[in-house]
Amino acid sequence: MTDRDLARKSIEYRRDTVRAIMRAGAGHTGGSLSCIDILNILYNRVLRITPANWSDPVRDRYVQSKGHSVEALYVVLADRGFFPKESLDTLCHYRSPFIGHPTRKVPGIEMNTGGLGHGLPICVGMAIAAKRDGHDVRVVTLLGDGELAEGSNWEAAMAAAHHRLDNLTAIVDHNALQITGPTRDVCNNEPLDAKFAAFGWDVRRVNGHDLAALERVLTHRGPAGVPVCVIADTVKGRGVSFMENVLKWHHGVPSAEEFSRAEAEFERQLAAWEAAP
Amino acid sequence: MSAPAPSMFSAAARAAADRLGLTMGRANLEAFADTVLELARDDRRIMAVTSDSRGSGKLGPFGQALPDQIVEVGIAEQNLVGIAAGLAACGKKPFATSPACFLAARALEQVKNDVCYSDVPAVLVGISAGVSYGALGSTHHSLHDFAALRAIHNLTIAAPADNAETRAAVRAAAAASKPVYLRFGKAAMFDLPAGDGGPFVFGRARRLRDGRDAAILATGETAIHALLAAEHLAEQGIACRVESVHTVKPLDVEAVLAAGRDCGAVLTVEEHSVHGGLGEACAAVLLQAGVHVPFAIAGLPDADTVTGSQSDIFRHYGITMEGLADRIVTLVSHGRQR
Repeated sequence: MTDRDLARKSIEYRRDTVRAIMRAGAGHTGGSLSCIDILNILYNRVLRITPANWSDPVRDRYVQSKGHSVEALYVVLADRGFFPKESLDTLCHYRSPFIGHPTRKVPGIEMNTGGLGHGLPICVGMAIAAKRDGHDVRVVTLLGDGELAEGSNWEAAMAAAHHRLDNLTAIVDHNALQITGPTRDVCNNEPLDAKFAAFGWDVRRVNGHDLAALERVLTHRGPAGVPVCVIADTVKGRGVSFMENVLKWHHGVPSAEEFSRAEAEFERQLAAWEAAP
Repeated sequence: MSAPAPSMFSAAARAAADRLGLTMGRANLEAFADTVLELARDDRRIMAVTSDSRGSGKLGPFGQALPDQIVEVGIAEQNLVGIAAGLAACGKKPFATSPACFLAARALEQVKNDVCYSDVPAVLVGISAGVSYGALGSTHHSLHDFAALRAIHNLTIAAPADNAETRAAVRAAAAASKPVYLRFGKAAMFDLPAGDGGPFVFGRARRLRDGRDAAILATGETAIHALLAAEHLAEQGIACRVESVHTVKPLDVEAVLAAGRDCGAVLTVEEHSVHGGLGEACAAVLLQAGVHVPFAIAGLPDADTVTGSQSDIFRHYGITMEGLADRIVTLVSHGRQR
């Protein structure tokens, strides 16, 4: 896939995510839209995780710690062929495995998440397992910035550096908003980069919507023995003008009319993409 | 200025143990550590995961013998269980070992989500369980672990009674494809009779003795006191069945129902709060099957736990040969008055 095609994917992923949430009548719209570009790069450029190698123990591992943004992950996994896109029509329906947080009943999901502060410790375990087995496996987790108030993250951050887990990458989807308000007003966790650095991590900062920059930062291995933290500055609700940085879209669900307006914005974005060189 | 802790076995209890030909074994904790090391030597998947607990878990020799198979996480129980879940998801067989008091409460959400809900075959080992750390106080007591963990789906919960049950339980946990919680104390344990034979299976109680006047259903390291009480009562003409209910979940429903139907009274015994443990599990089984029998739960009452050593606490609450025998006499006499 060319870089140009990759850019189109992000627009389509956003459209499909918002549509799935609208149809289900439930979902975490804002946080799904903030992490779409990260997931796009991870699944299309970085991670060696495909339906073909899904049962191979020497595959990369991805654990979505911010499990509430599962709708974005479903859309990307469907696009990667883990299950038909039509499966998402059952999102949150009675007895559907496609529920509002990741579960292993869905092909392509490594671990059941949803409670916050769980992904990083799990990934430390996965990274240790790969090291002890001598497997060249990358382990990646996606954290919300709000969830960093959970102390278990810092237990794991300490252990990751201690165990020299240079096969581990923690990406912070730094959209700076959580359900109550701006993260810095709820319980300020800044400066995040200095905190991770103090815990012994190689910290990088990136525009979380710049696909080329994301690819560079996520494909570049860090110093030997040092885990990597990528703080990706993102916009909650990214891609839909009336959702960007608006608190109610944390778990706001678009009405049919709102979806039409969002869809029109996606159409314009696709037209602009067509027109671009 | 502490006096030496009096044994939880009186002279009469020791005499009863002698009559039964019981010999004193080691702490179940030590039997656990030896067994897991033995298994891990032949199976690289088996790992010990410790939260600054390798000393209290007797896993120092494991760490020395198999340094590539031990993971130290520091004093961080949430991390202990999360890491164990990650290891298990990647094909390892982790034994996450921590004092039961912390493992079953501080890491409860990790047990629920990362291990049980994600369905990875991690083994959670609660050491120095119950009131093993008697004099250290309630921070270090685990009288809540059965109650907390029983409400979580997809977890086998076992408290072996003696060294032999411990070795068998560790082997069964190592072979299990599902999450398991094991609970061990740190006091030396009598080796119990082999019982009615048959292999150790999670969820199948082991009958140590039979009788029809009363049944004592005991779990973990209280089983010895139940057996001694039965021996003591035999001299008074009261014949007791004694079951070692090593697995609290899944409960051996058949054994519980048989006790209620065959025997004149049922007493359950556990080193746990009377709330939410073996006793209430058995009561629910009996009542829902319509089995009405004089019934009592011996355990730690819902009260500020008395201070003292494990032996002091056991004697205070009557989890001794004499105390349990008294409970049985009362239950049986109530039954006869009905």
